[in-house]
Parts: sequence; C-alpha cells; structure tokens
Amino acid sequence: MNKTLLEVKDLTKYYPIRGGLFQRNKQYVKAVDGVTFSIREGETFGLVGESGCGKSTTGRSILRLIEPTSGKVYFDGREITKLNHQELRNIRKDMQIIFQDPYASLNPRMTIGKMMEEPMIVHGISDKSLRRQKVREMLEVVGLNAEHGDRYPHEFSGGQRQRVGIARALMHQPKLIVADEPVSALDVSVQSQVLNLLQDLQETFRLTYLFISHDLSVVRYICDRIGVMYLGRMVELGERDALYDRPLHPYTQALLSAAPIPDPEALRERIVLQGDVPNPANPPVGCAFHPRCPYAVETCRTTRPAFREAESGRFVACHLYETGGEPVA
Amino acid sequence: MLKYVLQRMGHLIPVLFGMSIIVFSIIHAIPGDPAEVILGQRADPEAIKTLRAQLGLDQPLHVQYFHFLERILQGDLGTSMVTKQPIVEEMVPYLAATAELAIFSMIIAVIFGVNLGILSAWRRNTWLDNGAMALALVGVSMPIFWLGLVEQWLFSVKLDWLPVLGRADVRDTITPITHFYLIDTLLAGNTGQFWSVLKHIILPGIALATIPTAIIARMTRASMLEVLKHEYIRTARAKGLHDFFVVYKHALKNAFAPVLTVIGLQLGTLLGGAVLTETIFGWPGVGLYLFNAIGARDYAVIQSGILVLATIYIVVNLIVDLLYAYFDPRIQYK
Amino acid sequence: MQTDRVHANQSVSINSNYQKARSPWMEGWRRLRKQKAALIGGGIVILFVLIGLLAPVLAPYDPTEQNLKINLQPPSSDHWLGTDDAGRDVFSRLLYGARISLTIGFFSVIGSLVIGGLLGLLAGYFGKWIDTLISRLFDMMLAFPSILLAIAIVAILGPGLFNALLAIAIINIPTFGRLIRSRVLSVKQEEYIMAARAQGMTQWRLIFRHVLPNSWVPLIVQGTLGIGTAVLDAAALGFLGLGAQPPDAEWGKMLSDAKGYITNAPWLMLCPGIAIMLSVLGFNMFGDGLRDALDPKER
Repeated sequence: MNKTLLEVKDLTKYYPIRGGLFQRNKQYVKAVDGVTFSIREGETFGLVGESGCGKSTTGRSILRLIEPTSGKVYFDGREITKLNHQELRNIRKDMQIIFQDPYASLNPRMTIGKMMEEPMIVHGISDKSLRRQKVREMLEVVGLNAEHGDRYPHEFSGGQRQRVGIARALMHQPKLIVADEPVSALDVSVQSQVLNLLQDLQETFRLTYLFISHDLSVVRYICDRIGVMYLGRMVELGERDALYDRPLHPYTQALLSAAPIPDPEALRERIVLQGDVPNPANPPVGCAFHPRCPYAVETCRTTRPAFREAESGRFVACHLYETGGEPVA
Repeated sequence: MLKYVLQRMGHLIPVLFGMSIIVFSIIHAIPGDPAEVILGQRADPEAIKTLRAQLGLDQPLHVQYFHFLERILQGDLGTSMVTKQPIVEEMVPYLAATAELAIFSMIIAVIFGVNLGILSAWRRNTWLDNGAMALALVGVSMPIFWLGLVEQWLFSVKLDWLPVLGRADVRDTITPITHFYLIDTLLAGNTGQFWSVLKHIILPGIALATIPTAIIARMTRASMLEVLKHEYIRTARAKGLHDFFVVYKHALKNAFAPVLTVIGLQLGTLLGGAVLTETIFGWPGVGLYLFNAIGARDYAVIQSGILVLATIYIVVNLIVDLLYAYFDPRIQYK
Repeated sequence: MQTDRVHANQSVSINSNYQKARSPWMEGWRRLRKQKAALIGGGIVILFVLIGLLAPVLAPYDPTEQNLKINLQPPSSDHWLGTDDAGRDVFSRLLYGARISLTIGFFSVIGSLVIGGLLGLLAGYFGKWIDTLISRLFDMMLAFPSILLAIAIVAILGPGLFNALLAIAIINIPTFGRLIRSRVLSVKQEEYIMAARAQGMTQWRLIFRHVLPNSWVPLIVQGTLGIGTAVLDAAALGFLGLGAQPPDAEWGKMLSDAKGYITNAPWLMLCPGIAIMLSVLGFNMFGDGLRDALDPKER
C-alpha cells in the first residue's frame, strides 16, 4: 500500500457573523466542523456533498488559502498548519489547486504564458528561455498550442481556460492537486475531455488528487475513495465501489438514490429527503442530519455521533452503526 | 440607531484632532517669529519678548497645542492681529452673511438641480436631456469666480439690472436682529430694503449655486434613471397615471436618499466656493474675512476662519449622514 | 465579380477574427473611438497641451514685458486680445498660462495619484490596522472643503506656484486613495488572486503584478477628471493670490488682475476665464468618455 501523503485531523473553519445590535457573544458559521481524513499517494480522493456543505472550504483550508480555525494538516510528513509565511510559500510548489470557475481564476490582465511563467519566477528559475520552453511544453501537455501563450484568458473557451488552469497547476510538478469542482462549470461535452486529461496527467506525473465535486457520477468515474460531507461534517468515508454499492449513512443513501442511475436495469427506490438543508449558522443539536433522517431516534437529537470505523476502511458518523448492528434500512 | 449616532460621532474624534493639528500649524508656519510679524520688524526687542510670553510662544510645542485646544474648546478664537478685536465677536456678522448666501444658493441649486435632473431622466436622450447635461458639464468646468465676474459685467455694467457689490445699499442701515438681512428687513417690515437686499444676493447666489446645481442635476438624473427601471413605476404608468406625475411623485421619493448625500457633500463646495464668491462680490462673509486676512497676513484670523468653516462642514456632513441613515431603510447601522 | 466578392468576404472574416482584441486595452480604445464627446474632449486637451508646449514659438510678445504707454488697449491687429493694465499682450499671456495651468494640473495629479494610489493599495490589501489608519487619514483630509484645505496648506507653506501645486496634490490624495482602496477590496476577493497565492507568489508580486493591474483602471478616469479639477483649483489659488506670483502669466492671477477693469476692459477677464473653462471642459469630457469606454458597467 502507498504511504499517506495528506492527513487532515479535526479541521475546522468558523466564520464569525455579526450578532444583533447589542449582542455581545459572537455567532459562528461552522463551515467546516471537525473533518478528519487522509489521502494516500497516487490515489484520487473524492469529497462530495451538496453546495454549501463545506467541501470547498475544506480544500482551501488544507492549502491554507483560507486560514483554518483549528485542526492539523500534515502533508508529506510536514505540519502545514504550523508553517510560517516563507515555508508555506515554498511548499506550495508541491500542492496545487484547480478552481471551479475558469473565468474567474485566470488573471484577465495577463497573457497565459506570463501567468504560467510566474510560478517558475517566484520559485527561482531565472533562465527566461528555459521558462518559455517549459511553458510551451506544458501547454502541449494539456492539449493546447504552444503559441497560445501570447493570448489573454478572454480569448479562450471555458474548456480551454480550464486546461490553462491545469497547466498552471502542473508547472512545478506538484505531488498533490486539489481539484475544486474542476468540471462543473463546463459543458457536458467538454467535461469528459477534461476528466480524461486529469486522469492521463495523474499517470504521467504520478499525481494525487483531492477531487471536490457535487456530481456523484463524475466522482464515481474518477475517484478511488470518497468522503461524504454534510453541513461541515464528514458523515461517511469509504472505497468507491463499497460506498456506491452499499451506502451506510442515511444521507449518503439519500444522495445516491437521487443521482441518475448509470445502469438502467438496477432498480432502486428513491429516498426523498424531508425538509431543507438547515441554516449552517444554527445547525441542529446532535446529529446535524437528524431533522431530515427517516431513521432518526432519540439519541440522534441529543448526541453528536462520532466518526468511527464501521468496518475495515469504512468510516461513518451515525448512531445506527454504533452497536455494530445493521441499520434499519 | 442610537449606537449608529454614537459611532458616527466617534468617527469625528480623529477628524477633529487632525483638523486642530492643521489649524494649529498655520500660526506656526509664519515665516520667522509670529511676535515679530505682529509687532513689525523695527519693534523693541523687549516688547517682542513680552508678546512671545503672552502668546505662549516660549513654551514647548505640545504645551502650546494643549493651550490652543483649551482656548478653542472654550469658544475663544483669539484676537485679530490687525484689528486687535476678539475674533469671535468680529466673526458673527460675517458668519451670518455666509450662512445666508450659502442657504440661498443651496435653495437655488436644489430647485434647479433636482428639477433639471428629473426632466432629463424623464425625457432621456432627447435634446432636452442632452442640452441639460451639456449645461451641467459646462457648469462644473467653469471657475465660479470667473462666472461672478461675467455676471457683474453683464447684469451690472452692461444691463444695469443688479448691484455689483455688497449685501445691501450702503446708504441704508439695516438693524441686525438675526444678521440674515432677508429676514431682518422683513421683520422690520421694510419691503423696499428687502427688495434691495434680494437684488444684492441674486448674482453671488447664482455664482455660488452653479456647481452644486450641475452636480445635483447629474446625480438626480442618474438615480432617477435607476429608479425608473423598476417595476412599480411601470405599474403606475400602466395604471394610467399621467406620465410626469408618475415620474415626479413615485420616483423622486426613491431617488431622494442619494440626492440628499450629494446635497450634503455640495455644502463643502459652497463653503469653499464662498471664499471665492465673496471675494468677487464684496460679500462680507467669512470667506471675504478670510481673504482679507490672507492679504493682511493676519494668521490668527486665517486660523479661525478655516477652523470655523471646516467645523460647519463637518457638522453638516454628520447631520446629512444621520438623515440619510434615517431615511433609507436599506442602510444598516453597523 | 463573383470571385471578388468571395475574396472580400473572406478577408473580412479573417480580419474580424483577428481583431478579436488581443488585449483589454484595444477593446477600450475601440469603444472610446465611438464616443463623440470624448473625442472632442481629447482634441481640446491635445490642443491645450500643444499650446502649452509651443507657447514660446506661438506667442507674438514676451508675456511679462510691460509697456505702460499701451496699457488697457482693446483687441486689435497688433494685440489680438488687447493689453492688460501693465500693457502686456493678453494673447501671449494666455498661451503661457496654458503652460502653467497644465503643468500644475498634470504634476499635481501625478503626485496625488502615486501617493493616494499607494496608500489606498496598502489600505485595501492589508486591511486591519493599516486600513484603519489610512482610512482615518483620508477622512480627516476630506473633512475640509478641498479648496479650504489647499488655502490652509498654502498658508502654512507660503504662497507660490510650487506650493500651490503641492497643496493641490495633497488635497486630492484621498480621492484617489479611496477609489483604489475600494477597487482593491473587491479585486482581492477574486479567485485569480487566490490562484496566484496558491502558486506561492511573493506578497510583493501579488500586489504589483496581480492586484494593482486589475485595480488601477478607474484611476485613469479619475486622473483625467482630476487634472481638470486641479486646473480649477490652481486658478482659484492664483486668483486668491496664493498661487502664481507676479509677473507670472497664470490664468487665475490674470483674472484677479482683471477684476478692477470689468467696466472699461472686459476682455481682460473674459479671455482667461474662457481658457480655463475650455481646458477643464476638455478634461471632463475626455474623462467621462474614458469612463464609459473602460468601465461600461459604471454607468
């Protein structure tokens, strides 16, 4: 088995929100609330959940693009959360990010060649012609023309822009790439091209992905292991096939039952969730999912379930599995 | 709301502090020794020394500053170096004259500016709109002291309709009650004098109102266009209300808040412009007082004039901000 | 005939493809060209700049040469715009005045733009106490009606052309500073800034290569309009005797000299006023057009 590349322990990110006029005690939105998982070298780890569940915040906190409130992140044996500004800057070579919106994530006033050259400049490659050469090579690696380097972002289509984003992330041949909904802003026809590109690159450069998405079919296609998030918390984690075949957490069950079924012969009963996603500023006591859970029992309303290993390599945060018995479902 | 008021006033503290520093610096910026400047170069060294002690100039700078603050807070603006009179007493009639002129100009500016803006928005992209906006552009591009000179040349010299200088006919003596001559003459029941005073205020009033009129017109037009896009205006139109009436009543109510801000901000232009306008028209206000003091290098008066005008400006802006917050429910009192 | 048309069509399509604006600037320039008012404004500005540059060549007389025998003469073929109370040629003085006014306008705006821009950039980018400090400084300066602050500053520094320039530069610092601060605040939130941070950009590079290039466009517009305002302010200070000193041919000073002669020599006050108005109008029209061309959303 490969060694662990990234380890996230009890990661939290709270955003303060303004209270009323004379309220002294501050309130917080718990965007990420005690998330723990690890990623092995060379694998693709999927982070799924509805929008607003904190999966993007998790991804950005790991890279410290957003400062986490508490918790620890170990990358390649080093504690990211303890690094100072300079150390963090240096380690960014090894951990990169691809953003969701290829229109927003490219500086509109810079040619893409300059943009791709920049990481090399700041990380000390002073030979200009070498940098240019690498830019041209990388553009071709991601399926663009070497001449495209002189153009500005607005001259590209969405899919092409995303390729630029990927090329930029690859300039230093990082070990880890956080792919934050990399295809969800693209046309369906382009999505698969970009996904295939990501897979090819993984092989060529031996990359490890943290793949964040709300699209279950995309995640199933590309990921090896998957973590499911709900309201800032990780509710289930497991190998892809095991998770898709036999989801344990009622939320995962509901999520999968709502997704389009790739195999039309497989029959599945659709579980329709009751109610809306609760306000993250004021999540329910106990298990955050209990108001919508069809199997909720008294404990769910009072005690937050621990995130524990239900079976080998399979983690779940649900009271139904704490006695080791099968769920009601 | 109360918290907002307090917070907003709290913001004033550094502002007032900075202003006091600047104003305080003025007296110390006089080339050479202020005492020497006051007494003249051939003055007796002993006398200069006494005066220096009197003015506190022999003390360390921060001590002088605190004395200065103490004095100002007690409402003592010092003594004019030229007339040797207490500045506070001297300034009252000047202040009233400036206030009268500024208020008169603001009324002109609001009446013309708001209506011009509404008309432009209502008849968007017609010759009326284009003409009004071109006029507004010329208005903000013109030095108002030059406009004053042109007015004098045209209406006083060429046409002989209105008086060139001053606040009232010199031969008339007006008994000051409020120091607002338009009001004083009415109170005295002297319509002849009232007309004369009104004639005197028209030219400087228009000159001073030019820039605020132009800016208020542009702002009103912009916020009216914004409001006119909204659904309820269309609904009101569909209901068959007469076009202009719709525009006027519904839209103005909603465009009021941003316009109010501009009006508040324009008061600065008015107070600043007062210095120039009053100089042209011999209007005996704080601006002219300040101008004469600059000419006479009466630093005590320069200091006080700037202090008083800036304070008025700050206070009025505070009031406008509070009114704005009060009228516009979308503003959060954060 | 037939083939000709095909050719024409082809070249058009190739052309339009090529013209797909290689840089955001080209796009702005294309929109600017469509604005009649902006072009007229730009034309006026260029005209005044040329006049200012070529004043020594264009002026028929020395602007400071006095000749009391021919004072207060109305416009004639010898003296196109007449002579002033000291017998100096008004036309020549006007030409030289353009030089002074534009110099003050241009350099004071450069000064406020650089200092205000830098302060605003720092305030917006770093936030926290730096922002509080700088924003309070701006508030403090804006608490004065601007011309009054200029008067106060010149009163401190002493009257004179350079001090007037300095005063005008200082009073306009907060205008530019606030503008860029608010821009930086929003640009800072953009994803491409986060992307650049993710690349391990240095602070310095992030500010000057990513934040600044995306924040400073409104400054161009404000700068253009600011030159107009600065020309007006300079004239006002000159008029009050705080700016240019005699015998300098400065428009505001010329107006204040003309004040006493509106009855018998109105041309003395008409000409400098028109010059001021025209030049300021030029900058305002050009600036408004620039705003529409560079930032179509703002209107």
